[in-house]
Amino acid sequence: MEEGTLAKWLVKEGDKVSSGDIMAEIETDKATMEFEAVDEGTIGKILVEEGTEGVKVNTPIAVLLEDGESADDVETAKAEKSSAPAPAEKEQSSETAPTAGMTHPEPDTEPDWPEGTKIKQQTVREALRDAMAEEMRRDENVFVMGEEVAEYQGAYKITQGMLDEFGPKRVIDTPITEHGFAGIGVGAAFGGLKPIVEFMTFNFAMQAIDHIINSAAKTLYMSGGQMGAPMVFRGPNGAAARVGAQHSQDYAAWYMQIPGLKVVMPYSASDYKGLMKTAIRDPNPVIFLENEILYGRSFDVPDVEDYTVPFGKARIWREGSDVTIVSFGIGMSYALEAAEKLAKDGIEAEVIDLRTLRPMDTASILKSVKKTNRCVTVEEGWPQPSVGSYISSVIMQEAFDYLDAPVINCTGKDVPMPYAANLEKHALVTTDEVIEAVRKVTYK
Amino acid sequence: MAVKKSTKKPNVSADELKAYYRDMLLIRRFEEKAGQLYGMGLIGGFCHLYIGQEAVVVGLEATAKEGDSRITTYRDHGHMLACGMDPNGVMAELTGREDGYSKGKGGSMHMFSKDKKFYGGHGIVGANVPLGAGIAFADKYKGNDNVTFTYFGDGAANQGQVYETFNMSALWKLPVIFVIENNQYAMGTSQQRSTSSAEIWERGKAFGIPGEAVDGMDVLAVKAAGETAVAHCRSGEGPYILEIKTYRYRGHSMSDPAKYRTREEVQKMRDERDPIEGVRKLLLEGDHATEDDLKAIDKEIKQIVNDSAEFAKNSPEPSLDELWTDIYAEA
Repeated sequence: MEEGTLAKWLVKEGDKVSSGDIMAEIETDKATMEFEAVDEGTIGKILVEEGTEGVKVNTPIAVLLEDGESADDVETAKAEKSSAPAPAEKEQSSETAPTAGMTHPEPDTEPDWPEGTKIKQQTVREALRDAMAEEMRRDENVFVMGEEVAEYQGAYKITQGMLDEFGPKRVIDTPITEHGFAGIGVGAAFGGLKPIVEFMTFNFAMQAIDHIINSAAKTLYMSGGQMGAPMVFRGPNGAAARVGAQHSQDYAAWYMQIPGLKVVMPYSASDYKGLMKTAIRDPNPVIFLENEILYGRSFDVPDVEDYTVPFGKARIWREGSDVTIVSFGIGMSYALEAAEKLAKDGIEAEVIDLRTLRPMDTASILKSVKKTNRCVTVEEGWPQPSVGSYISSVIMQEAFDYLDAPVINCTGKDVPMPYAANLEKHALVTTDEVIEAVRKVTYK
Repeated sequence: MAVKKSTKKPNVSADELKAYYRDMLLIRRFEEKAGQLYGMGLIGGFCHLYIGQEAVVVGLEATAKEGDSRITTYRDHGHMLACGMDPNGVMAELTGREDGYSKGKGGSMHMFSKDKKFYGGHGIVGANVPLGAGIAFADKYKGNDNVTFTYFGDGAANQGQVYETFNMSALWKLPVIFVIENNQYAMGTSQQRSTSSAEIWERGKAFGIPGEAVDGMDVLAVKAAGETAVAHCRSGEGPYILEIKTYRYRGHSMSDPAKYRTREEVQKMRDERDPIEGVRKLLLEGDHATEDDLKAIDKEIKQIVNDSAEFAKNSPEPSLDELWTDIYAEA
């Protein structure tokens, strides 16, 4: 929204108004908005007549006089006393709960790799291993520890071959003792190393969550910046297949809440690679949420030396003008599949892969929503609250005027994960639910 | 494996003995002052005083060398003073001011000094134990001979992660000294009511970790045991446990109902076993110091403590901008 029509004045010169009184109606391409006084005083002069079209954002429309001022002062007082401008396009509301160290700058739309870059096909598993191995070659303080990472070659074969290359000093099998080895990992980070702590799954990291949050995330702050925990906690997160309630939880929304943590949840192999390298180099504790089902999936990965992807930058997989679908991790599978199907019916979805949840590239979401006016979020985690519910609140606070429909959060169902194949399928978010949500918000 | 209590007295010089007296007195007077400032409302929240336990940290710091690390729970003021942190910075942190070690953002329970290799100051009982082992892990990884003093209480000794850490420390031969400061009460619950074993250090036997019980009211006994532990760790033999039997005179924190033990019990300990009085006696009876010498030390300490209180009162509150700093390190 950049301009509007001053449809109607509800006050006239000489009227007294107080804060909150509706003074005018302004029509924009989106809606008719009531325009309120922000202070008390007398309407000294109306600067824009009723019926004027094309009134730009931030144009003074009237002058409000305080006690003791007269309309004759209007010319001199114009600058300061101008009644509030036409509804402004707010890039960032001061009401928004601030997220530490993060703002909503203009989105970075540079592609991840330039055109013409040599590409290879790689699985997520291979990309992750390459990322870790490259960083271990680069920095001898990087080491990996966890259950079955060394001799077993990784419970999910992510660390395959690493023991051979780096030896038992740097690829360390731990006992099954998450609380203890997470704490030792954090201590090692305090002591100047850069640990990669593998959880066989993030479900087991609940045993260690005190160290992740109280020890790793908060120490930099508690020490007044003297010391922190430069490290990566990684492992598969969310549902695999038929592993039941205790092995199927998605922790994205949990970790995303914690100041001091950075949270990454990639979808494609190139992002697994580029973001893992960034995570290892980052001087803060990073939660790297992987997905077992994606491990074996192949994607394009740039065949270049030292490929990294910055945190806080979403990737737009598909451009579209009818609806914005925001997802991350394996949720992207549903989002992209839904978008393909919708395209056949003439609905063009813009699909955004957040890739990092903290810092979150809300700028890219807002930019897209301002174009499409509609948004659907997709994730496998539970609804109360979900990553999507945070995204909804950001959109509501910062792009409310642009919305033509409520944001819909497609999430996993609000139940522990069942074992039975049919129930499990229904407990997760489905492509059909995403399609249905898009139809709802587009009224199609 | 050593199983008997340490009884041997190290051969220390008169100057060393005077230094221990001074360092213990500094902690005692500092803590008394902190208690006063708490009463005046200048210190808020939780504040756990170390009075009575001074010989533990002073005896062990006497065995440390440059490069060694220390980490503890939240009864931490004594550890900070003993490793040479500035009383002004500690007191200013207690009052939540910008000149505090954590710029006022940590408080009594969360102070750190990268310079002195003091790694906090942790508020979750038992959590600092694997952290300490992790610092030792980093030293072993780097191939130096530093050790990490990891302090925790008899209460923390019932946390599961302590035993996870014992296991890995023994398995990986980490140079960590587990110092159990057994002051006999886990908050208000006595050892007999909370802990199945009378000798906590003996739990290390299950992991093959040697250790010993030590008289924590005797700074020389603490130092002697510390030397054994340090020598063991530095030589690459892995962890060592010191269960140091001590006593806190004050409540668990500033709000303590004092219903779980008698006033007589505390008074008896003060009268008969006080670690500072013990050294004072040794100094005077052995003609290592005169009353005047000790008075001069008392005066010096009083000045340092009063100065720290003044400093802590006059240091400004942190700027509101500090709310938003130190959450993330610059990538």
